[in-house]
Amino acid sequence: MPGMDTLYQVSALNTAYAATIDGDRLEDWPGFFHADCLYKITTAENVRRGRLAGIIYADSRGMLEDRVAAIRRANIFETHAYRHVIGMASILNEDADGIRAEAPFLVVRTMRDGQMTLFAAGRYQDLLRPDETGALRFAERVVICDSPRFDTLVAIPL
Amino acid sequence: MDDGATILNTHHWPAGISRVPFWVYQDPAVLRAEQKRIFEGPVWHFLCLDVDIENHGDYRTTFIGDMPVVVVRGEAGALHGFENRCAHRGALIAFNDDGNTKDFTCAYHAWRYDLQGNLCSVAFQRGVGGKGGMPAEFDLRQHGPRKLRVDSIGGLVFGTLDPAAPTLEAFLSPPIVAKIKRVFNRKLEVIGRFTQHLPNNWKMYAENIRDTYHASLLHLFFTTFKITRFDQAGGVTISPDGAHHASATIGKGIETQSVYKDQGIRSDNEEFLLRDDSFLASNPEFGDDIQLQNVALFPGTMLQQLYNSLAVRQTVPRGVDGMDLHWTFVGFADDTPEMRKMRLKQANLAGPAGYVSMEDGCIGNFVQRGVAAASDEIAIVEMGGYESESQNTRATEASVRGFWKNYRRLMEI
Repeated sequence: MPGMDTLYQVSALNTAYAATIDGDRLEDWPGFFHADCLYKITTAENVRRGRLAGIIYADSRGMLEDRVAAIRRANIFETHAYRHVIGMASILNEDADGIRAEAPFLVVRTMRDGQMTLFAAGRYQDLLRPDETGALRFAERVVICDSPRFDTLVAIPL
Repeated sequence: MDDGATILNTHHWPAGISRVPFWVYQDPAVLRAEQKRIFEGPVWHFLCLDVDIENHGDYRTTFIGDMPVVVVRGEAGALHGFENRCAHRGALIAFNDDGNTKDFTCAYHAWRYDLQGNLCSVAFQRGVGGKGGMPAEFDLRQHGPRKLRVDSIGGLVFGTLDPAAPTLEAFLSPPIVAKIKRVFNRKLEVIGRFTQHLPNNWKMYAENIRDTYHASLLHLFFTTFKITRFDQAGGVTISPDGAHHASATIGKGIETQSVYKDQGIRSDNEEFLLRDDSFLASNPEFGDDIQLQNVALFPGTMLQQLYNSLAVRQTVPRGVDGMDLHWTFVGFADDTPEMRKMRLKQANLAGPAGYVSMEDGCIGNFVQRGVAAASDEIAIVEMGGYESESQNTRATEASVRGFWKNYRRLMEI
């Protein structure tokens, strides 16, 4: 049975992760990941059928930094913001390989004109390991959306 | 009756194919006429992949316009398709995305259909204990959902409602068939499926996938990060009737910042360069120099080869001002692990979050909102002239005009 300390650390990381994205501090978002990592956005149906593709698929922190640079400099879309609500994490396993954890999330998207939509619901499937300072970072974060459908576009990471 | 003549009683459309009035994206009567004349007309529509329904009894459900349909693998590999609507009260016959079955039984009153969509039995047809039941003259053979003609090419399954439609290959035309077979040349495997809801009329996306003019202007990813494609030859192949197009970008491959780094230049622009461009490594797999090939099939299907990212995009209208875009990302069954990994990484390029496609998710909505009060105003589609012939440049809207040429012909509008 993993200790409360692990649960506290994972929950604190999730809270900081949400605040970083929702607060439009996207430049800080790659820092939640190890240099070698996997970040992927996919759907429950693809996971159930063993299909590996995602709409975002990054296997290095560099690719996450590039995603942020593209959102800031290259891609064109209407201004909008997310509000993540991340539920209590479940610690599934903890061993030498790291901590396996899962947490449910909801994301509300607010558009420029005030339109608010329940944009995504799903779960994070995570593998966490401490970095050189001992702080937990994501070695893997797979964002598994319950719905197969995405409205309009996905620019800001989930 | 919603037909072209009736619609033109209240709307005006200048002659030709280089002007498009905005009411075509707005009027529900137009959408109803499109269902009859385009979606149920002499047109073949992408339905699913051969590998989605590989075995006897495998089926998949999808849409032709508003019409729900079932596609089935029958005896000896035969393909069948029929409207997903029970002959009795009209309920969906199949209500899952896919499955395997010996026959189809409507959930409502258990009317049963074979794999070809023929009505086989009616529950309690003779009644119970001599009471009730259908009239003696009720003939099962006279009732059933509408049937499709179904055929496949390159592992892609298409269907049409119109018995008078030409064959699939004739509909596509030889030059387009060659472009399809260039990429879809062996057994496919689905690596991911995603749906993107676009808040715009479906025709705006049909135009977008034919619009080679916008690609380097709206989608700034490549130019922002100074990803130069040398020898950017290319052009547009259009079917003789103007309905379908294949655009190609030809070159030795893509050159990324590592070229500049190697030459010790542009270091002052480091911040504009990609940190990790490994996903843009060039892996030619079709025996030629075509890096990008986009095949747009009338009305709304797109077959994408973006380097090694292969996908089928299917358009399904959702009312007059919305549509669902169904993305099926594929690889080949014989992919090496390295090639499969490259396809996963290059899926970043196109899709609902695609570096060079996400703008297409919102740009149609910008038009839909922009023209809200402009039903009787017109769009200009004149880049590259007034016709819809093949051109050796991508600075043209010839393919968009080809769409309207066929649209006006089928709609008689």
